[in-house]
Amino acid sequence: MIVRELELDLDAFEGPFDLLLALVLKEELDLRDVDLAGIVTAFLERLAEREELDLDACGEFLVLIAALLELKARALFPDEAAELAELDPEEAAEELARRLAEYRRAKEAAGWLRERLATEGDRYFRVGPAPLAPKVEIPLAPQDPGGLAGVLRLLAEEPPEVSLSHMALRFPPVSQFLDRFRALLRRRSRFDFDAEVVEMTRLEQASAFLAVLELRRAGELTIEQAAPFAPIRVSRLEPAAQENTDQEERTAAWTVRSA
Amino acid sequence: MDRPLRLIPTDPLDKLTRTLEALLVVASSPLSSDDLAAAADDDPQRVEDALRLVSERFAEGRSGIVLEHVAGGWAFRAAREEATACARLFERPAQRNLSQAALETLAIVAYLGPCSRPDIARIRGVAADSAVANLLERGLIAEAGRDTGAGGAVRYRTTPLFERVFGLESLSELPRLDDVGADAAEIRERLNTVAEKRSA
Repeated sequence: MIVRELELDLDAFEGPFDLLLALVLKEELDLRDVDLAGIVTAFLERLAEREELDLDACGEFLVLIAALLELKARALFPDEAAELAELDPEEAAEELARRLAEYRRAKEAAGWLRERLATEGDRYFRVGPAPLAPKVEIPLAPQDPGGLAGVLRLLAEEPPEVSLSHMALRFPPVSQFLDRFRALLRRRSRFDFDAEVVEMTRLEQASAFLAVLELRRAGELTIEQAAPFAPIRVSRLEPAAQENTDQEERTAAWTVRSA
Repeated sequence: MDRPLRLIPTDPLDKLTRTLEALLVVASSPLSSDDLAAAADDDPQRVEDALRLVSERFAEGRSGIVLEHVAGGWAFRAAREEATACARLFERPAQRNLSQAALETLAIVAYLGPCSRPDIARIRGVAADSAVANLLERGLIAEAGRDTGAGGAVRYRTTPLFERVFGLESLSELPRLDDVGADAAEIRERLNTVAEKRSA
């Protein structure tokens, strides 16, 4: 089994492994887009297809995938990458050596602490909160009792009552206006919508308008308006062959919704 | 008793030593001589003298209670001979099962502190979050300001408890670590070998 010929089918790349490597090295493919776990899965699947364990292939694969992981990790941390890229290889090696030496020192110090704990750790002492008496007493600024009383009086005053009227917002039932406009149209063949609703609240006006629309849909009247915002003229329409049941159902629906 | 102090009740230091003993037995963390002088309302030099008398009286091998100079102050603790009995009754959560990662982190904070998590991570090469959290919970390290600049990382230093647990009078008692120059050269050598192999 040759690792380089491993066929990959990833979101970002489709083809043999060595082509992927070449593209990554030429920076034509951004490693950040490549699902490395997908490569591992593909390799493991190929490995499982074979009877014997191909140790050479495993080793080669490990080296390659480890290198890719390192490259990807660096790509994901641009600052660190820039920091290292600024250094030439000599300096980078120096920096690495310095860090490793520093870590070795930390490890030595940790070793000393562990030893210290083993040889000197038989000291028992009281631990726990040590509530020390307050050292400095902060004196209060001189206060005028009259001023304090004034402030307290302000606090004792009944706050203004909060209006809850907006919470009781309810649309008057549309059905009420359906009946009203039907009755009106029995008496008159046409009427002026604005004149009819002029004394109502805005909510009532809205429900009334919905009622007019509903009646128009039912074919009971026609609506005309000469221009936007001009008065709305409502005229009676002689009932055609209408399915009354249908209309009543819809009326019921409105009523429910407006309740 | 071979204490001349007891035989001369008019010695003014006798009263002071009793005051210091009282303060030290109540304290749960080391008290500096300044703290003691302020609380005893006495002269610092006399307090130093009295402390010497108290530590003679409460010394290893002489008493079950020992006065020690630790973490920049004075504190009573159990005699080391009595550690076994103490261990049957008391737990020491601060130092139980300290992991290697925690010890390395503790060493870095003790030697380089105050330092931040990124500083520690840079040296250890792995994230220090859990080790730092663990040491904070044990009370061996504490926050000590932030790195300069906007959004600076929190810095940590070791606590007096750390010095007590490790029996240090102060951080300056930490041993100087051997110069690791030779190690650095050796590591550099190894890196160069790897680099040559790769380019070959």
